[in-house]
Amino acid sequence: MWCPGCGNGIVLGALLRAFEELGYENGDTVVVTGIGCWGKADDYLATCALHVTHGRALAFATGIKVYKPELNVVVLMGDGDGVTIGGNHFIHAARRNIDLTAVIVNNFNYGMTGGQVSATTGADRYTSTTPYGNPEREFDICALAGAAGANYAARETVFDGWQLQQRMKEGLTRKGFALVEAVSPCPTHFGRYNQIDGPDLLRRLREVAGDGLVCGLLIDRNAPDFNARYREVQAWAQKRNDRN
Amino acid sequence: MRRVRQLQREPRLIQGNLAMAEGALYAGYPITLSSEIASECARILPQSGGVYLQMEDEIASLAAVVGASLAGAKAFTATSGPGFSLMQENLGMAVMGEVPCVVIDVQRSGPATGLATKPAQSDIMQVRWGRHGDQAVIALSPSSAGECFCLMVQAFNLAERFRVPVVFAAEEIVAHMRENFVSPAPGEIEVVDRKAPQGPPGRCEPFARDAGAVAPVPAFGSGFVFHVSTSMHGPDGFSNNDPAVAAWKVERLHRKLDLHRDEIVMTREFYTDDAEVLFIAFGAVTRAARAAALEARKNGVKAGLLQLITIWPFPDREIAALAEKARTVVVPEMNYAGQAALEVRRILGPEKDIRRVNKYNGRIIAPRDVLAALDFPAK
Ligand SMILES: Cc1ncc(C[n+]2csc(CCOP(=O)(O)OP(=O)(O)O)c2C)c(N)n1
Repeated sequence: MWCPGCGNGIVLGALLRAFEELGYENGDTVVVTGIGCWGKADDYLATCALHVTHGRALAFATGIKVYKPELNVVVLMGDGDGVTIGGNHFIHAARRNIDLTAVIVNNFNYGMTGGQVSATTGADRYTSTTPYGNPEREFDICALAGAAGANYAARETVFDGWQLQQRMKEGLTRKGFALVEAVSPCPTHFGRYNQIDGPDLLRRLREVAGDGLVCGLLIDRNAPDFNARYREVQAWAQKRNDRN
Repeated sequence: MRRVRQLQREPRLIQGNLAMAEGALYAGYPITLSSEIASECARILPQSGGVYLQMEDEIASLAAVVGASLAGAKAFTATSGPGFSLMQENLGMAVMGEVPCVVIDVQRSGPATGLATKPAQSDIMQVRWGRHGDQAVIALSPSSAGECFCLMVQAFNLAERFRVPVVFAAEEIVAHMRENFVSPAPGEIEVVDRKAPQGPPGRCEPFARDAGAVAPVPAFGSGFVFHVSTSMHGPDGFSNNDPAVAAWKVERLHRKLDLHRDEIVMTREFYTDDAEVLFIAFGAVTRAARAAALEARKNGVKAGLLQLITIWPFPDREIAALAEKARTVVVPEMNYAGQAALEVRRILGPEKDIRRVNKYNGRIIAPRDVLAALDFPAK
């Protein structure tokens, strides 16, 4: 299970409640998880699940979704998994606008391996591998998804589980690539290094996360998704083949 | 695309690469030596409701293939040299998850980018050992364009039957060769589909303990609910770190191939009945070795050839049986270290007269290169 104070349980609860409200069946739902603390979520799920290599979850999910478009395919990744080692797959999944819902728990560091710096760690922040402050800048995951072509991106914190649940329902029902970023504390590592603790946890998290912590619906489009576009390709190919 | 496509019965010119592209779902990333497979798939797959996916790299390509396979597709990818190196981690994932799939590695001359358009057989050990951890795959090696077609069907059959990735280790020569080929009629080559669980859909154990070590597996979307994992897991696919479970899983990955070894290992013999000199070759080099054997016979040397169609598991029994009758064994292969010869040495022991013929300059091994290993005067 997860550490005391970790937000993963809240995100998982919000996701399962969203499934329940949307009437998803276990057999029609495939949750693909990457590697990391959040990537272990599949062990707590009664749906179909595929637990894969670090950073590659979106690519596995793409294979499932193109072959069985009728399935609900949801991808759970940490910030390291989703946009650091997996950054290339992330931008291409968004560009392809493949009909997946990605739920990224952003705890600003690599939780599982001991609190190392990630691509979402802010400048000057402390982690186990930036003991003098982070010389690099962070990715804004939602902006990245939007720039790459995603149909939907929203950010909420784990301090509002109900709101997260609403965002997940929106993401799950949106055709095309949808991203829900859940900002979460990692008290064991990032919180400890950056004094994010105590009763004003949320205020401190906001301070430390800096400009990246604008919450709400951030990208909202309805461009055709990959499977819809590929059906057009199949129709063209079929017509050409019939003519020959 | 679940069946071998209906094909013309007339002989036609077919390129090795194109023969490999018929009849499956494809995800890949372009690279010289396998690009024709990608463009052929992009052309023909959507015509019959299949999907061609060009992914962002080879890591993603094999990932998408594994995902599609778990959703029920017969899925494959094709690559060469650098791309095959990138696929290693997810090849391990396919082994661990026991996911049927086919990976074509059109071997090219390395290391690194190397001679990007030139053939080699230098991935033999990488095919077997390229990934970390205790694992095993099946690998086949075709020697002609026609074999590319028929063996691809076999590759899928073996992958489905044993729930294991099958590496199709071709090389530039066979991949770009054009030869006459009569397509088999539909139904002429058996097509095997993986076993699915019986009974009404429900929760199922995709790694159930099974005497043959190959459990039935459903597809995502079939109504069955199941988990597949890259992490160590028990029969239900959920994480499990129990030492007994870990040992069971690792043994199972090996045992399913060991138990069915004779169904997997394929070889072909030429002129071996009375062979005193035995050539052991695979892939395109088979052709040079066969010509060399005929030439040697003209010179009074009783030479024969054993073609290794399956290269992993290595055909140890077949080699041992034929080599017993031969005084000399010659292993021509297009790599420096003698990757196959090392295995032959392991099988035949330190005393056997084993001669290596190695070429690693991007040039094909010719019959005269093979004959040079023998003591009779060349013409
Ligand atoms: C190829 C590879 N490199 C490194 C690792 C080690 N590793 C496991 S989890 C992890 C980071 C996870 O961080 P994140 O994705 O942010 O998830 P969190 O643990 O914070 O939930 C790393 C680097 C790995 N499993 N595979």
